[in-house]
Amino acid sequence: MLAVEMKNIYKSFGPVKANQDVNFELEQGEIHALLGENGAGKTTLMRILYGLYKADSGEIFIDGEKVAIHSPKEAIAAGVGMVTQHFTLVPPLTVAENVVLGYTNGIVLSQKEIEKNVAAASEKYGVQVNPSALVKDLSVGERQRVEILKALYRNARILIMDEPTAVLVPQEVDVLFEALNRLVKSGLSVIFISHKLVEVMAVCDRITVLRDGKVANTVKKTETSQVELAKMMVGRETFGVRLQDACATSDPIYELSGITLDGKHEKKILEDVSFCVGTGEILGIAGVSGNGQGELTEVLTGLVPPSKGSIKLEGKDITHLSPGQISEAGVGRTPQDRHQGTIGELTVAENLALEHIKDYTNKGLLDRKKIREDAATIIKEFQIKASPGDQLRKLSGGNMQKVVLARALSRKPKVLIASQPTRGLDVGATEYVRKRLLDERAHGTAVILLSEDLDEVLALSDRIAVIYEGRIMGVVPSAEATPEKIGLLMAGAVE
Amino acid sequence: MGDFIVDIIAATLRIATPLIFATLGELFCERAGILNLGIEGTMFFGAFSGFTAASLSGSLWVGVLTALVGGMLSGWLMSLLSVRLGVNQHVSGLGITLLMTALALFGFRVIFGESRVLPSITPFSQLSIFPNSPVLGEIFSQYTLTYIAIALIPIVWWVVFRTNFGLNLRSVGDNPEATDAAGINVYRLRTIALVIGGALMGVGGAFLSVAQLGSFTFGIVAGRGWVCIALIIFANWHPVKVLWGALLFGSVQALQSRLQLTGIKLPYELFMALPYVVTILALTLAGRNASYPAALLKPYKRE
Repeated sequence: MLAVEMKNIYKSFGPVKANQDVNFELEQGEIHALLGENGAGKTTLMRILYGLYKADSGEIFIDGEKVAIHSPKEAIAAGVGMVTQHFTLVPPLTVAENVVLGYTNGIVLSQKEIEKNVAAASEKYGVQVNPSALVKDLSVGERQRVEILKALYRNARILIMDEPTAVLVPQEVDVLFEALNRLVKSGLSVIFISHKLVEVMAVCDRITVLRDGKVANTVKKTETSQVELAKMMVGRETFGVRLQDACATSDPIYELSGITLDGKHEKKILEDVSFCVGTGEILGIAGVSGNGQGELTEVLTGLVPPSKGSIKLEGKDITHLSPGQISEAGVGRTPQDRHQGTIGELTVAENLALEHIKDYTNKGLLDRKKIREDAATIIKEFQIKASPGDQLRKLSGGNMQKVVLARALSRKPKVLIASQPTRGLDVGATEYVRKRLLDERAHGTAVILLSEDLDEVLALSDRIAVIYEGRIMGVVPSAEATPEKIGLLMAGAVE
Repeated sequence: MGDFIVDIIAATLRIATPLIFATLGELFCERAGILNLGIEGTMFFGAFSGFTAASLSGSLWVGVLTALVGGMLSGWLMSLLSVRLGVNQHVSGLGITLLMTALALFGFRVIFGESRVLPSITPFSQLSIFPNSPVLGEIFSQYTLTYIAIALIPIVWWVVFRTNFGLNLRSVGDNPEATDAAGINVYRLRTIALVIGGALMGVGGAFLSVAQLGSFTFGIVAGRGWVCIALIIFANWHPVKVLWGALLFGSVQALQSRLQLTGIKLPYELFMALPYVVTILALTLAGRNASYPAALLKPYKRE
């Protein structure tokens, strides 16, 4: 009998079709991976099973019986537990209190009794926790065990783990996998959401690959390979337009060596990131979102100092300069969120002047005329559909992005850090931004393009570096970049 | 000198009483994640409704009970704004204070009219537990409400730390998402906490009118509610520390009013400022290690 069967599940969020005709089967006592890129619909499907979302249509069967789940409470009652990336724990409470929260009877709370019960459950399921410890004192791995125990304590027979290893250090991953294998032997069925091929191949029995909200395939681990899975996950045979000519020069102008950024917990956010970019070269940085791209952008632009490592511009160390000094030294940037680099309440002209306000200051007063004139010139040059006095927040996303880009490029930077430059833009604006980046390359600017859009990275870059869990997995010249190769690297596969 | 100290201790307990009630009330609210700045107005309304009901019914305990119900009403209004509608807690709390203050003033005018003589009742008399001991006899010659306030400390501790309701309360003030995910109704829980909190604030206010003064004046609460907001931080949201905080404030207050009578040549305003200066100092020292309920001030909206 199947533990879970989901049939013809459809779910849309406005125009976005998150799940389309998804069929999913979980067998009793197996670990079943849901594999896919960001936005493939893995988490949506599982949130439907856990009662956090309601499917537009489709049926769910648990242990062969048709069920209608409207809330997590009903999911728990049906034997489904879910451990999400964001733990639902209350830090100042003890482990035992967290485990029994919402699952107690009567009026009196006996600390002794709940600690005894939780210790017994911990023993029974082989999930090690200290019932009397405060959750706020625990490591991430320990907190995750508390979450798992919480689900098991509520008699979960089906456990959904949403990217459980994203927050763990390697040793904790091993502990988790051991625990899961043990639990499965005692009858638990596990759904393991992941985009990491190595893990999926290590711990799962079967794999369902989702792509763009649809099931690409369901395969047995023994009958597939990492390469095949990567192909299913990425699902592209060809990429769009490519750069024709090779990189003009290879003088490294901008060099990163050993950049490391410690995280709040044990896990490093960036680890030993090294690469260099030459004049007239675009280095694309590809990766599934949340693998350190945001933090890398912040380090490159000086917002966050790295814990270790150095950044050199034309041989000069600029690692510990302030964002203003870095920009002054010739590093232009477009922030990964355009709202982060602009002030909506100010005018277009003011936003354009914002990063170089010193140049527009005369004896402590703003030279408003110069701000306006320069803005008019830039607006014309970059074809921004706005006038200098317009409030920035009234602009469309594409025009706002043009303002951000224009501000960086009008300073004629030696290096341009373009982080997610086309995210959320329509086709026309996207084309424009990409063309500008290629123009910059032709003028000899070194461009670092951080993007989650693989097509974009492949179309524009001379070389592609793939980032995974804060590490550069490899740098591939664009001529050698095949979907399999990049897909494998993005999913953290080791060759 | 001995008499002087005994006198101060007795006064300390008396002054601390309304602070204990109201701060414990605020503890319920803030442990649930709601800063209830309606406290000042709720106390004022408690003082008014307690006095009015006692005056009309002739029973002081009816007065206390009415203040309790009035406080619950005020807490429920606060929950309507800050919990159900998710209004900013500073704004809704101050709004409640303005509303309850105005309601009390208006009600007082309507019921008692504009008389030249301040309406008054015979307040509670003090209850001596040790009538035969000169020292303990004087210290423990207090209002029944004072004894109840002190008894409330362990009771509230037990409710917060040793009941399932208390567990839910501590969770909802720190991580309402997790509490919701555990199948607990966040809105209901917060509403209950505010209603309990309001009840205690109302009784704290009533103590002033039906026990201490026997009348109702416009300046009767005189910022005690704001002192409680400071005390709860000083107490780090712990019931037992609420007692220490209230006693500290009470003792300085008792001391300053007696120092004024010693004939020291200083402006009396300096003495009157003393308890507040001490409050600020104590808060500065204790507040540095304060561990705020993480969800305090954050309205909860389900995704």
